[in-house]
Amino acid sequence: MFTQIFFCYCAVMIIGTGLLAITMRNPVHSVLMVLVLFFHMAGLYLTLQAEFLAAVQIIVYAGAILVLYLFVLFLVSLREEVLIERYVDSAWIGRIFAGGLAVALIGILPTFILGEKGNWPLARVQEVTHTKAMGQEMYTTFILPFEIAGLILLVAVIGGLVLAKRNAADPALQTDEREIQK
Amino acid sequence: MMQVLILFIQILVLFAIVMLHVAYATYFERKIIGHMQVRMGPMRVGYHGLLQPIADGIKSFFKEDIIPEQADKAAFRAAPIICLVAMMTSLAVLPFAKGWVLADINIGLLFIFAMSSLASYGVILAGWASNSKFTFLGGMRSMAQVISYEIAMGLSLVGVMMLSGTLNLTEIVEAQGTSFTGMYIFPQILAFFVFCIAMLAETNRVPFDLPEAETELVSGYCTEYSGMRYAIFFMAEYIGMMVMAAIGTICFLGGWNGPFVIPFFPPFWLILKIYVFMFFFIWIRATLPRYRYDQLMELGWKLLIPLALANIVLTGIIKAFTS
Repeated sequence: MFTQIFFCYCAVMIIGTGLLAITMRNPVHSVLMVLVLFFHMAGLYLTLQAEFLAAVQIIVYAGAILVLYLFVLFLVSLREEVLIERYVDSAWIGRIFAGGLAVALIGILPTFILGEKGNWPLARVQEVTHTKAMGQEMYTTFILPFEIAGLILLVAVIGGLVLAKRNAADPALQTDEREIQK
Repeated sequence: MMQVLILFIQILVLFAIVMLHVAYATYFERKIIGHMQVRMGPMRVGYHGLLQPIADGIKSFFKEDIIPEQADKAAFRAAPIICLVAMMTSLAVLPFAKGWVLADINIGLLFIFAMSSLASYGVILAGWASNSKFTFLGGMRSMAQVISYEIAMGLSLVGVMMLSGTLNLTEIVEAQGTSFTGMYIFPQILAFFVFCIAMLAETNRVPFDLPEAETELVSGYCTEYSGMRYAIFFMAEYIGMMVMAAIGTICFLGGWNGPFVIPFFPPFWLILKIYVFMFFFIWIRATLPRYRYDQLMELGWKLLIPLALANIVLTGIIKAFTS
């Protein structure tokens, strides 16, 4: 009973803060709404006994990624950014796509089967704790996808380094950019 | 129902005790710094200034609370509360002695990381909402600093997690055993070094107090705050110090275990060790000058993170060979 009430509360808050995040005028307020949203996402994970995911959700998304969003918001000049041209001419095209996506997602819903399946029923996860269960699966059964994900991240890190380095190494390029900005 | 009531009373008791500790931590700090600089520190209110924290508390309660005209009112009001709530919530998972813990959860260590990363939002928001250059710079500095040092701190504790095989703080203490040599400070001396430096940076203490550098930024992110809201930032900072000291004690110094058991008051050794850490904080503040900003970033990214990573690899190799 308590779990259901908690789930409903989290679901309502997620939808509400999600709507507020895209409708609020002030981008910093939007980011704060997303922060509240992430906390309720973590709450949903807790109802599923996935406490490790809940903690990582807050540490990674709220503690790192969203802070970087704030950084970007503070560093770019917002008045200029607002003037960016639209990607599509009519707002209705976007609305149709969004509506279609929503219909597709709702259409998928009946394929969800309730109940537990797989090697890790709830009782067993609780017995060995969620962190251990996840670590074991990730480093044995799913070691290849895990390593591939790690490699992709490494590529991204090196790419970021190269892009940042080029500006510093080539002062001519930097001055060009500054002139363009003026 | 009865359980909820008991839990509520426990929360209130913990809150009251921590608040008193915070008040007297400021006294402790002023006295120690005073003596280190060959002066007496607070002396006027009560015997050797013992009632000074109470007087300060009452004073900040009754001071005028000013909100700048151009400030973002909602965010300005929320910022100190976010700071305090984030710090207070971490207290719930700290085990003060065997069984003396409000919420004995399996992910205690991760929970504390999550809460400490939330606290940086309070600082950033305070800096942004005050609509002043000094506070904004302070907020930005804090943001960059906390992100950088959180990584080093998290990585430094991975060695402890590997040795104990758990994230539950009570179990981490128990894994160290009651003997002196069982403490993780010996096998994890490298991690302890990284942790100590990252701890200072995370709590915005000297020598890494750039977010509130008095000589450059007036008072950093809390420049525009006054009265009780300013005091709340201070409380959050001191509770943060206490939480970090408790983590250091639990993960490296054997938690509540001591040379002998104190009857009726098992948390004695933990509190003593926390105060040793607090003394360390204050000692450093009285001794060292502030780091430059680029030095701070260099230290964090080029020294502490590689050291912490090397420690993880070393711990892994040793554990693989010995078990």
